[in-house]
Amino acid sequence: MVQAIVFLPLLGAILAGIISLVGAHARNPSGDTVDHHDDAHGDAHAHAAAAHDDHGHDDHGHDDHHVSEPAAAGSRAAELITTGLLFVSAALSWYTLVQVGFMHQDARITLLPWITSGDLQVAWTLRVDTLTAVMLVVVNTVSSLVHLYSIGYMDEDPNRPRFFGYLSLFTFAMLMLVTSDNLVQLFFGWEGVGLASYLLIGFWYQKPSANAAAIKAFVVNRVGDFGFALGIFAIFALVGSTDFETIFHAAPGLTGKTIPFFGWQADALTLTCLLLFMGAMGKSAQFLLHTWLPDAMEGPTPVSALIHAATMVTAGVFMVARLSPLFELSPTAQAVVMFFGATTAFFAATIGLVQNDIKRIVAYSTCSQLGYMFVAMGAGAYSVGMFHLFTHAFFKALLFLGSGSVIYAMHHEQDIRNMGGLWRKIPYTYAVMVIGTLALTGFPLTAGYFSKDAIIESAYAAHNPFAVYAFLLTVVAAGLTSFYSWRLIFKTFHGTPHDEHHYEAAHESPIWMLIPIGVLAVGSILAGFPFKELFTGHHGVEEFFRESVKMNPHILEEMHHISPVIAFLPTVMMVAGFLVSYLFYIRRPYLPVELANQQPMLYQFLLNKWYFDELYELIFVRPAKWIGYQLWKKGDGFVIDGFGPDGVSARVLDVTRNVVKLQTGYLYHYAFAMLIGVAGLITWFMFGLGGQ
Amino acid sequence: MTTWPILSVTTFLPALGAILVYLLARGGDETANRTARWISLWTTLITFVVSLILVARFDPVQTEFQFVEKASWLATGITYHMGVDGISLPLIILTTAIMPFCIIASWKSVTSRVSEYMMAFLILETLMVGTFSALDLVLFYLFFEGGLIPMFLIIGVWGGPRRVYASFKFFLYTLLGSVLMLLAIMALYWNAGTTDIPTLMHTAVPRNMQTWAWLAFFASFAVKMPMWPVHTWLPDAHVEAPTAGSVVLAAILLKMGGYGFLRFSLPMFPLASHDFAPFVFTLSVIAIIYTSLVALMQEDVKKLIAYSSVAHMGFVTMGIFAVTTQGVAGGMFQMISHGIVSGALFLCVGIVYDRMHTREIAAYGGLVNRMPLYAFVFMVFTMANVGLPGTSGFVGEFMTLLGTFKVSLPTTFFATFGVILSAGYALWLYRKVVFGALVKPSLASIKDLTFREGLVLFPLVALTILFGVYPKPVLDMSAASVQQLVNNYNTAVTAVKAAALVAQ
Repeated sequence: MVQAIVFLPLLGAILAGIISLVGAHARNPSGDTVDHHDDAHGDAHAHAAAAHDDHGHDDHGHDDHHVSEPAAAGSRAAELITTGLLFVSAALSWYTLVQVGFMHQDARITLLPWITSGDLQVAWTLRVDTLTAVMLVVVNTVSSLVHLYSIGYMDEDPNRPRFFGYLSLFTFAMLMLVTSDNLVQLFFGWEGVGLASYLLIGFWYQKPSANAAAIKAFVVNRVGDFGFALGIFAIFALVGSTDFETIFHAAPGLTGKTIPFFGWQADALTLTCLLLFMGAMGKSAQFLLHTWLPDAMEGPTPVSALIHAATMVTAGVFMVARLSPLFELSPTAQAVVMFFGATTAFFAATIGLVQNDIKRIVAYSTCSQLGYMFVAMGAGAYSVGMFHLFTHAFFKALLFLGSGSVIYAMHHEQDIRNMGGLWRKIPYTYAVMVIGTLALTGFPLTAGYFSKDAIIESAYAAHNPFAVYAFLLTVVAAGLTSFYSWRLIFKTFHGTPHDEHHYEAAHESPIWMLIPIGVLAVGSILAGFPFKELFTGHHGVEEFFRESVKMNPHILEEMHHISPVIAFLPTVMMVAGFLVSYLFYIRRPYLPVELANQQPMLYQFLLNKWYFDELYELIFVRPAKWIGYQLWKKGDGFVIDGFGPDGVSARVLDVTRNVVKLQTGYLYHYAFAMLIGVAGLITWFMFGLGGQ
Repeated sequence: MTTWPILSVTTFLPALGAILVYLLARGGDETANRTARWISLWTTLITFVVSLILVARFDPVQTEFQFVEKASWLATGITYHMGVDGISLPLIILTTAIMPFCIIASWKSVTSRVSEYMMAFLILETLMVGTFSALDLVLFYLFFEGGLIPMFLIIGVWGGPRRVYASFKFFLYTLLGSVLMLLAIMALYWNAGTTDIPTLMHTAVPRNMQTWAWLAFFASFAVKMPMWPVHTWLPDAHVEAPTAGSVVLAAILLKMGGYGFLRFSLPMFPLASHDFAPFVFTLSVIAIIYTSLVALMQEDVKKLIAYSSVAHMGFVTMGIFAVTTQGVAGGMFQMISHGIVSGALFLCVGIVYDRMHTREIAAYGGLVNRMPLYAFVFMVFTMANVGLPGTSGFVGEFMTLLGTFKVSLPTTFFATFGVILSAGYALWLYRKVVFGALVKPSLASIKDLTFREGLVLFPLVALTILFGVYPKPVLDMSAASVQQLVNNYNTAVTAVKAAALVAQ
């Protein structure tokens, strides 16, 4: 059954891929000659015009792609196949969660050997325990709903088979990631989702901004993977295996061991954990490696919901939870995790305050919420972090798909400054967006309320050098989250329309899109309370998660004993954020403008995302290019060639210029030299000069 | 046991084909050209099938040489001695498998002097297979150096406008290496009284002589590999060579360097290898980072791929000289994988070159709009070049890095930067060539892959993914030989260390 869950999406991806390739091949003639007097000229101009159109708009990353191409053949078939298979997978996942979580039927299925060499034995293995089962449910539920939603959202796109193929490919890679039983397979899934993310961000490949964002996402993730890979090597050097069971078994014996790292005797476990965490930081867009996530919004909105909100970006959180037996042994690594989590939670929220692109606001919110999850990981409350991952998947996917519905209604307008008053036009979308916002801000009894408050409590209760720091920043961030979330709602749905033309034409999305967001809205409410005991209760966690995560033994107990004032603080912040937002955008709309004018430095600083893109361009990208160019021209060209072959050849040429024809000369020289050599050698042997 | 000299047949079948071409495809008219092409195709195909018999009968558990053929030849101690083990067999199969693709790829793009061209390729195949199966130093030297002659011809006659410069550069580099290697071969003969490779592998070479012989062999293999800083011939040679020439160069000729290290440097001069390992690590790391950075700035498609080849070969040398099981096996696997992937990348370049007659990156853009199949195939190979898990490119890179970590952490640390940089240049290339809107008028009527081109590329796609998911066939084939190599090396090095301790 696990095989079915994992491989049905792959089957869907392959079928959709074949449909896409066959269709594309049928539309495009093959041939190895170029005929310059072809009718195709007109066609190319059409393309050029379309591309130009896109270019004009894309400074805000519009989901815009009006190409009057006919839909690819087999679009409907590809949609139905992939979506159908995903729903089967999702149903099986829920069944598995029950089987594993409550019936305790963990499974480990070895499929094939993969890399075997000496003591390196890596196999393709599917591992299902509670941690995995929770992820299976999250991934497949959101993925199947996003597939369904995309049928509506992408209905004008000519390349739907390709789109659905990519979506299913992503799902497969994500499932391989969560079911991995060793670090290498985890890495496979890890990079696999990276590939799918790259392909989907760059899905509209005619847009230069989409291509740039796709490359950025892949390369920044590779920076994280640099650490991840080194972490795998370090573990193998220490333990001699990459299997989780072996590693966890050997881990306690590694305390106190050191690895010489550039003359510094690094604590082996801490170094390994930090290297692995670097991978998590890249994938989960944590502070310093976050720059790719906002740009990833260039992709179609369903992609943002699935990959860049609900599933892929949480892979880093999952990885830390999966490796909890290692992280529990290294307080230093946990401190670092908590520091980065808290910093990200706060930092991303501040940027979210002033953004104007509806998707980017939600993207920064995602970044910030991922920070929350890492705070819980740093506190040793892994199940609590997983709880937030679980609830976040529902309400953040909802917010993205809801935003998609707004964008769809507004004919691909994404700037909230051009919206307003939409609630009358699209009341259903409005309602679900409000539910999503309530859940995100932690309104009592919604899903986010339980999970986010539990994280803040865990930060307060944790014995971590950064516990106070994390507690304060997450509480402040809770207020900021509430502010920017309601700002989004108020500016989009309330007030007066800013663009009459678009406003008049706004319409509710088709049923294909409304059903999935309805389901997610229900999930955003129900994913909280019923699961609270399983994820945060002392006995619930022990029974439900069992060995799949190694919790800090005291954290849950201590969380339940903190003072009610502290526990109530996030809710106070949530209300405060709402009130300020209400004041700014409903009661006194001139206030934010005045504030921005009073504090231009701060406003610009936030609007430009703390200038990270500019900074990285300056310290990494440009120097790399400059060094590359210098090495090429000066290193290869001037030094090596100049003093090597070119220098020598110039001297030789001086001598031989008039003697030998160049074209043939060198070959004969060479053959001659070789023959002389061989002849000399043979002579030498024959006459026994070199023998005994 | 074999009853017929199957290894010699594999080696010399292509030469026989070349003779047939010479006899039957004269005149240079269209009929002769067609005959030449078909004879060559069938020859390479039959050779490939025969080489598969080698695989079928090969016993991967055994560490001794197999399919051994021995006949007296020039003088005492110099014999016609052939045989394969787990290190040479994968490379032989790679050679015989790549050749038919080269012939098909040249089917239409080569129009002048077709039969000579085909003969050059067939003779080249004989010499390459011979290099990997020779078990006598003199024989090896003949094959090894002789292989350059047809390659010179291919670049010099059917190459691009700067072919003279390119082949001259090639000549200067290789000449230096081969002269030094010849001296080392003489020295070895002087020491052991034979040029028989298996005997030499079990003959201890004095410490002092090891150093000099190692350096002499290294000079030759490092140029072949090519290692930094003797790599600058490669970009020029690739740029000027015709497509199939680039494919053979990248896929097979570069592997002779790695093969040389595994066959000679490590087993015959273990102590020198041990001493020089830090030196090789340094060069490898420089190669990986330096050439990746240079690749970022290239304006010519072929040059970019050539520089990326140098970086990938850096992983091979690093893994080999780590002399751990995973390092050496990873180096082996990386060579096979790189043979498939870089060969395929050059084929991809050739396909658009045949249509547009330019290799300038700036001349392309938006090909996906009219060449979806091409875009798909190119994407697979780009990802394999980047080392994405699930493609063969990952396995070798991963194993070499993993195998080196225990030996030298700083080396692994810096080499892993290659993982980031390769993503940078490969995706940038793909974006510039394939993605984007198709706006250039010159590209407006470009057409997608033909059946013939698909026939070349899709099997390579399948292999890239197959070996990425299931690399076991290749790894198993070389496992026993690799293990023995590593064990012998460790025994030799430990013995000397123990002796040094006693001496103190």
